[in-house]
Amino acid sequence: MSNARVETKLWVWQRLSAAVLAVCVVVHLIVIVYAVQDGLSAAEIIGRVSGNFLWLAFYSIFVTAIAVHAPIGVRTILKEMTDISPKATHMIMATFSLVILAMGFRAVIGLFTASVGA
Amino acid sequence: MKLSGHRNHAHYWAFVLHRVSGLLLAIFLPAHFYVLGLAIQGEAAMDGFIRWTDAPLVKAAEVILIILLAAHLTGGLRLMALEFFGSRESSKTAVAIGAGISLAVGLAFLINVV
Repeated sequence: MSNARVETKLWVWQRLSAAVLAVCVVVHLIVIVYAVQDGLSAAEIIGRVSGNFLWLAFYSIFVTAIAVHAPIGVRTILKEMTDISPKATHMIMATFSLVILAMGFRAVIGLFTASVGA
Repeated sequence: MKLSGHRNHAHYWAFVLHRVSGLLLAIFLPAHFYVLGLAIQGEAAMDGFIRWTDAPLVKAAEVILIILLAAHLTGGLRLMALEFFGSRESSKTAVAIGAGISLAVGLAFLINVV
């Protein structure tokens, strides 16, 4: 695949993920401001997410969109502002994406399966 | 401070803010997921960390992170509006609106968290 095609595909994926994230971040900010009103606690977070399939779906979409969006952005910065080779920037992008997916889904599943008082 | 050329421009600073906020949020993500993943070890483990975040300096950092997230959101929406609709006429106003919304979200968080 030519460089131009790769760049175009990454551009499209970053914009698609940005559109999903725009909705997710608005919901996330509202939840944050609401959740901290009476002081943040593990019981509040686990109580909200645990066993709730709607939050499971929301955070799964959120994490997946982040895993697409953030690594492409980091790659763009590395490509434009450092001397790191194109191959290395792709490797960093892919690795960062996998780290976000692994850590993000570990957190999402951990919260979904956790129980208050444990 | 007197700046010349392209740096003396709202769009330039919006670009810088979008880059810096994106990079800082990307760096923050693994730590955020690590803390949320403490739920696997149970409520007590997670609460132990949350108590640490009660420190004023951590709270201040949280407010900055919230503002950065809101700024990245509004900056990204502005960028996509420019790319897809091409209108530049009101984009300077969009920078100001984005900055205002970001600070308002940060203030809403600050009022509720303190």
